[in-house]
Amino acid sequence: MNRFPLWKNTVIAIALLLGLLYTLPNFFGQSPAVQVSPLAANAKPDDALRAQVAAALLSSNVPAIGTSMEATSIRVKFADTDAQLKARDVLDKALNPEGQQAAFVVALNLVSNAPSWMESMGALPMYLGLDLSGGVHFLLQVDMKAAINKRIDAATNEVRSQLRDARVFYSGISRDGSRIIARFQEPAQRDAANKLLEKMFPDFTFRSEGEGQDLSISLTLRPEAFKGIQDSALKQNILALRNRVNELGAKEPIIQQQGEDRIIVQLPGVQDTAKAKEIIGRTASLEIRLVDEEHPGPASMTEPAPFGDELVVERRGVPVFVRKQVVLTGEVITDASAGFDSQSSRPSVNISMDGKGARIIKQVSRENLKKRMAILLIEKTRTEAISVATIQDELGARFQITGLSSPKEANDLALLLRAGALAAPMEFLEERTVGPSLGAENIARGFHSTWIGFAAISVFMIAYYMLFGLISVVALATNVLFLVGLLSLLQATLTLPGMAGIALTVGMAIDANVLINERIREELRNGNSPAASIFAGYDRAFATIFDSNVTTGIAGIALFAFGSGPVKGFAVVLVLGILTSMFSSVLVSRALVNLIYGRARKIEKLSIGNTQWREEAPPQS
Amino acid sequence: MEFFRIRKDIPFMSWGRYTTAISLLTFLLAVFFLLTKGLNLSVDFTGGTVMEVHYGQPADVQSIRGALSTLGFNDASVQNFGTSRDVLIRLPIKQGLSSAQLSDQVMQKLLQADQSAKMQRVEFVGPQVGDELVRDGSAALLFVSIGIMLYLAIRFKWRPAVATIVANLHDVIIILGFFAFFQWEFSLSVLAAVLAILGYSVNESVVVFDRVRENFRKMRGASVAVVIDNAITRTMSRTIITHGCTQLMVTSMLFFGGEALHYFALALTIGIIFGIYSSVLVASPIAMWLGMTRDDFVHVEKKQEVIRPSEEV
Repeated sequence: MNRFPLWKNTVIAIALLLGLLYTLPNFFGQSPAVQVSPLAANAKPDDALRAQVAAALLSSNVPAIGTSMEATSIRVKFADTDAQLKARDVLDKALNPEGQQAAFVVALNLVSNAPSWMESMGALPMYLGLDLSGGVHFLLQVDMKAAINKRIDAATNEVRSQLRDARVFYSGISRDGSRIIARFQEPAQRDAANKLLEKMFPDFTFRSEGEGQDLSISLTLRPEAFKGIQDSALKQNILALRNRVNELGAKEPIIQQQGEDRIIVQLPGVQDTAKAKEIIGRTASLEIRLVDEEHPGPASMTEPAPFGDELVVERRGVPVFVRKQVVLTGEVITDASAGFDSQSSRPSVNISMDGKGARIIKQVSRENLKKRMAILLIEKTRTEAISVATIQDELGARFQITGLSSPKEANDLALLLRAGALAAPMEFLEERTVGPSLGAENIARGFHSTWIGFAAISVFMIAYYMLFGLISVVALATNVLFLVGLLSLLQATLTLPGMAGIALTVGMAIDANVLINERIREELRNGNSPAASIFAGYDRAFATIFDSNVTTGIAGIALFAFGSGPVKGFAVVLVLGILTSMFSSVLVSRALVNLIYGRARKIEKLSIGNTQWREEAPPQS
Repeated sequence: MEFFRIRKDIPFMSWGRYTTAISLLTFLLAVFFLLTKGLNLSVDFTGGTVMEVHYGQPADVQSIRGALSTLGFNDASVQNFGTSRDVLIRLPIKQGLSSAQLSDQVMQKLLQADQSAKMQRVEFVGPQVGDELVRDGSAALLFVSIGIMLYLAIRFKWRPAVATIVANLHDVIIILGFFAFFQWEFSLSVLAAVLAILGYSVNESVVVFDRVRENFRKMRGASVAVVIDNAITRTMSRTIITHGCTQLMVTSMLFFGGEALHYFALALTIGIIFGIYSSVLVASPIAMWLGMTRDDFVHVEKKQEVIRPSEEV
């Protein structure tokens, strides 16, 4: 009666093997590494780059302990963080010589030491949360009111210029809250305006008001359009943040949307938190200026700029003189998208400008035909020309930049035009910075307290329940194995509350084995045979174990649903821990008991402590 | 080894009046302290900035306060944290100054005063996030209570369910009462501990009522109080050992888990101790007073009643 069929034993054995496989990578630890990835669009790391990296490290005596080639980067492992930091500086200097546009991203990273066959099976260590690895976490709120304001302002200007272009006479155009009001003196003009604008502004609803000579149309933004504006503002800000974070060289940055108008930025391992905050909080701007055609391209970056000019670098690394006078700023660009030129069918970028921008660009382009125009991305520390193009024609509200070498380049440019500047200002809602030493301390503390607790429980269980106590402890250990394996398989992020969750799960999971062992003792006391006692003990305890886990499960689910960040991590561990503990305390411990007692024909005595006394008979029998 | 060799059922139910009275008294005290002292809510809920700074030598809290007041933070709280070298600085929310600027300003000032100052941790929470967390926390508590009650009601019908949830919710209030009385910091992780322990200590009542159900089947004719006494006595060994083991782990966290886990473990400890007490010695008397009979326990009995109706009368 105490034997498992072969399939049950097999399932348990396989589960144990899988648990071990997925838990192991966590124990190999991670080595500090430097990751080199080419910046250019289609460039892939090759052997030449690898040789270059090796030579640079050799010449400055930084010993690497391993180099691996990944799909988009080369990773070099080092023995300690000192070597890693030194190597980062060496490689950055060697690969990105001063005065030239950076061609490679040289970033710090951590690489698992687990054998590669493990990695190929998806057995990877858990991610460490910010509280364990150190780093910064920001929660930013996008000011959607500002984004909508901007859109309505742009629309107001556009209404004005559209009416002017179409020679529709209006007596005034004004903004009233979220409405745009255009005033007319003659019904004919108003009807003409209505017909024109309805076609041009599908995002707005129109209403005609007034009588006599005081006529007006009011434009109100459709509620659906609000959502569109919010979505695109959020996306644009996320893009802008991604561009900025790349500059920081953070390993595995996380930038994601939370809720309708929030963005989470997490930069694990970033040491210079002040710089991180500055870069994320910075406001970049776009400017359109003319290239100084009287002073043809400077030979080098060091050549002094003529009066009224500024030397900037084009994306491909070519220096160019541009006028200091600003033609237009980035706010006038309402959209930019990559496409193909209809005539040459070559990649192009289509730019849309608002009314004000269109008026100015029209005039400037008419006066500067066949001259070059530059679009600059200006950030606090540097200015870069993201596009330098010759004006071929008089430009209007919508124009194209052509002559781009690839669709990829067109995409990049469109993205920069859209994302170079933030769509709407952002506010820091939450900031959490953890220094790297505190992170390491937290890992050690979480780890220690779990093991000390585990050891204490083990000692007690074995002293109290003898062999059955030992079996319970083994089952408890497999529970930890399954839990950590499962968390690694899911690539969960381990945080300090998560570690506390593992510890608590261990402390609570022992309940199931205590229930079983107490039941077996009771059955023995009541004079049942050892074999029957084992059977009844497991059989009857299961309903109770299941029950008692359900309520903890409910609490775990609620914490997951309503909790945020670290509390969610705790909840995940709690819920998974319930599942693994049911498996290990009921099945694994039973399999062990069966292994030990199941084969004997007759069991004399169970090693479960003293059961030689009897309680008084229940009163009524 | 065996701790419990109880040969006779302990008459817990005859003490019901006293055990519940003690419980009621603690509960009222907890409510009193919650109302008068209130919870010392962490920055998670109130919003504001917390900075943890590590010094090379024992930190001079007074001079740090002075440095902060030159920056205009007269209402900053500065205290030692764990060791004499670690300092925890709390700054309230200041209008018009972003957190990024604020913590940098403070750090610069502290570095001027002492080069060994090292920033360990900064936490800034904006006011609207704090409000949301309070709302989400309450929603989670409500969800857990309703969820557990529904489960118990399906499992045992309403009397034991109500008794259990009353007993355990009053535990929650008692934990909060402790935090109010000692003015311990109530953070998000403490809230997580409270909810986890709510789910956990309900187990206790489940185990006891499971036994009660079994006893109603076996001990025909026995009074409800006798049935409950027997159930509690016989599960007592398991109760103490299980919770003792959990507490071993929690104690380990309390002593070795560092400051970050301290209050989390403390909340669990209080929860475990009061959880045992109330889910056994409060839930059962309440269920009895609510008029719990064998009818409250599943349908198996009913079938037997149909077969042998004479026995019931």
